[in-house]
Amino acid sequence: MHAVTTTSAPAIARPRLTWFTFASPANFYRLAGVLGPVCGVVAAAFAVAGLWTGFFVAPTDAVQGEVYRIIFIHVPAAWLSMVLYVAMAFWAALGWFLNARMAFVFARAIAPTGALFTVLALWTGSLWGRPTWGTWWVWDARLTSELILLFLYLGYMALVAAIDDTRRADKAGALLAIVGVVNVPIIYFSVIWWNTLHQGSSLTMGAKQHMASTMLIAMLLLTLACWAYAFAVVFARARAITLEREGDTAWARALVAASNQG
Amino acid sequence: MNVFVAVYQRDLRLAWRRRTEALLPVAFFLVAASLFPLGVGPDPQVLKLIAPGVVWVCALLAAMLSMPPLYAADHADGSLEQLLQAPGAGLAVAAAKAAAHWTISGAPLVVGAPLLGLLLGLPAEELPVLFVSLLLGTPILSLLGGVGAALTLGLRSAGMLIVLIVLPLAIPALIFGAGAAAAVDAGQSPSPHLSLLGALLIACLVGAPPATAAALRIAVE
Repeated sequence: MHAVTTTSAPAIARPRLTWFTFASPANFYRLAGVLGPVCGVVAAAFAVAGLWTGFFVAPTDAVQGEVYRIIFIHVPAAWLSMVLYVAMAFWAALGWFLNARMAFVFARAIAPTGALFTVLALWTGSLWGRPTWGTWWVWDARLTSELILLFLYLGYMALVAAIDDTRRADKAGALLAIVGVVNVPIIYFSVIWWNTLHQGSSLTMGAKQHMASTMLIAMLLLTLACWAYAFAVVFARARAITLEREGDTAWARALVAASNQG
Repeated sequence: MNVFVAVYQRDLRLAWRRRTEALLPVAFFLVAASLFPLGVGPDPQVLKLIAPGVVWVCALLAAMLSMPPLYAADHADGSLEQLLQAPGAGLAVAAAKAAAHWTISGAPLVVGAPLLGLLLGLPAEELPVLFVSLLLGTPILSLLGGVGAALTLGLRSAGMLIVLIVLPLAIPALIFGAGAAAAVDAGQSPSPHLSLLGALLIACLVGAPPATAAALRIAVE
């Protein structure tokens, strides 16, 4: 994996940098090979700093005690789960309208990471809910819409995986992602309304009246860590997908040959 | 418009020739809803409370399960490809197929729903609301299901995939549809729910056929 250096393709003259430079699979592959590990290191650094601040510097919460520290992983995960869905739909739409192959690769590479963060948000929320609310799960509007978000991710991944033809899978997945992102606000508001209709708001996510600044810093650090992690993993996955798809091109063959020698 | 009428009439005629098959969704609907009293227990209070939701969920599942054959036969024998040749025909085909699906599978559910409501002990004043909510809601299911059917055209596991893809999108319809009858039970007016359901129907009427047409083009290209 680390054999990818400029020596593997020395003959290619660097073209002028334009918007479409990295829409070329070969150029993207090289760029992602550099950016992926960098993002990984950044993620690790921010994660260590954030966890240290969260566990050792931030004060104990007056209402919830130590349990509240789940927030440091729960909030970034929930945040990323939503951002990544929009990002996935963005790349899908870009691929659809510009007919750009790499955009589809990106959309597909983002989906599993988005689903992972959705599961993490649900899981940590459930672990947090048990001691504070006394239950693993409530059909609260936010929990329910996060669960539906997971279903949307699963639907996208299942559809893309079920279609053998790459081009058709890309475009069908893109269409579904676009339809999904249009529906997300409708689903969200209908769930809120359903929730207010069916149960009184006996449970509220309290304890956020005011936050100590160290708590906020820890949360921000871990949010950055999650972002960087998402970038690192998406770059790595997009690289793997690219290599899989471009296996019969000259640059990919040269790359494989070079890594076999080394 | 000609394409719309032609495809719609053809689908109805084909369904008429295979009447038993066309009745399967409504049979599923009745059987599935009848399982709930057996599973939950015959307590009239509980049944009355869950009746709108049960009827709606069963209608949702019946609509989704009857989706895979919508385009499958036309896709398999190549007539779908021919239908899509004419410029702009995709939209007409998508709309006609959804309309035919609703006429064949959706309308019987609407008619059967009050009967189920009676079986589950729903009070008489909630039955018309349930009827109207399904009248507005089942076309939404046919339109959304059409997108799913077109996206999964010709795939091995199309049936399960449609359910997985479309159910999250159908959640708002379920919420407002079942909520309308529940609102009456709570002594409120069902009209906000029905209005929102109508708004969803209009949005689906505008949005779903183009999406279905795009998905069909992907599938046959």
